[in-house]
Amino acid sequence: MRHIDDDELVLHGYGEDTGSDVQAHLADCPGCRARFDALRQDLAVFDHAAVPERSDDYGASVWARLEPHLPDRPSPARWRERLNAWMTWQTCAMAGGVAVLVVAAFVAGRLTRTPVPAAFQAVEASAETVRERVLLIAVGDHLERSRMVLVEIVNNPGAGAAELPLGQASADDLVATNRLYRRTALDRGDTAMASALEELERILVEIANGRAAETDGNLADLRERIESQGLLFKVTVLGAQVRQRQQDALTTRPSRTDSTT
Amino acid sequence: MDGTDVNVVTLVQQGDRDAFRVLVERHSRAVFRVAYRLTGHEQDAEDVVQETFLRAYRQIGQFEARSSFATWLYRIAFNCAHDLLRQRPRRGTRPSLDDHEAGTLRAELADPSPEADPAQVLMSRRLGSRLQSALSGLTTQERAAFVMRHYEGLSIDEIGRTLSLGDSAAKHSVFRAVRKLRLALADGA
Repeated sequence: MRHIDDDELVLHGYGEDTGSDVQAHLADCPGCRARFDALRQDLAVFDHAAVPERSDDYGASVWARLEPHLPDRPSPARWRERLNAWMTWQTCAMAGGVAVLVVAAFVAGRLTRTPVPAAFQAVEASAETVRERVLLIAVGDHLERSRMVLVEIVNNPGAGAAELPLGQASADDLVATNRLYRRTALDRGDTAMASALEELERILVEIANGRAAETDGNLADLRERIESQGLLFKVTVLGAQVRQRQQDALTTRPSRTDSTT
Repeated sequence: MDGTDVNVVTLVQQGDRDAFRVLVERHSRAVFRVAYRLTGHEQDAEDVVQETFLRAYRQIGQFEARSSFATWLYRIAFNCAHDLLRQRPRRGTRPSLDDHEAGTLRAELADPSPEADPAQVLMSRRLGSRLQSALSGLTTQERAAFVMRHYEGLSIDEIGRTLSLGDSAAKHSVFRAVRKLRLALADGA
């Protein structure tokens, strides 16, 4: 005969489904019944833990204390709204388009890595520059969105975990986009960029999987990690570098005249 | 104002600040009860009540009625209590009586009515202190799970949703709490 363990007895005592017929077993097994009675007696002691009484008008007194501190209107879901503002269908479409373009450009670049006649070298260089610019613009946009999320977390130390219900789609999208750009950076041999994006990805994954929003403690830990790793600073610097590279790509763009002389 | 919690919440979400008063008056005592059981201290519980409703008002735009308003409030209260207990230095395992409680005890012992037996009052106080001491040996999560299951009658599923835990983690929090509490009672016997 399989006896009932203590955990099953606890569940049974609280009226939870144990998945087995505990009641029938207790009727037949004096040992388990004695353990169950002892458990009930122990837990019954805790019924005597009194709570100080509050009068019927307690709610009114709480309201009187609370009311002067309430803002005129409750805040809307700030995180979600701001991210959703970024994630309008137009931006999604644009981001999707850019991602497709980046991947296509990358694949095209890999496929065309064969010796080209001298006459096409300038055109090839120009196409490479365009790919570079497209990638930089896309990465710059992604870094700015990620920076906003990090700023919201770091600059709201008083905010609780319940204030961090990021839209799941938005958080997942940030992770997926980051992964795409990190791999592209790796393939292009840009290890500095890949490494920074990898660091960012770890934090974004934590936000997306919801662990950070489970408790205030988890959120505080996440905030501490962002700060201790200087991630916000790194992302800001990386964004500035990307913008600078965009400028450089513009100024070093080979002109048709240059290529033909 | 009548109406279900969800209806009143909708009014608040639409900008009716006074409608929030209905929710405060409706749920204050329950939130205090939970807060006191979580913190074991009257003044801390008052602070948790205040902070819970403040946060609830600020975040009410995020309430989506997937759970009851009371369960949503419990979750905020749990987070507030958790934050407060992390910020404040740990009180002694045997909680001291604060001024108000000490005053109440003196009044009870001095009560000349025949049904007020000073020995009984003291026994009850000692037991209360022992139970608080046992509860203070739990982690915040175990304590919250036990309070919600034992005192508030929430199911394992509801506890899981309130504490953002899976069913298994919620169950094990209750199991660990019960084991520790029984051990604490046996040790002090």
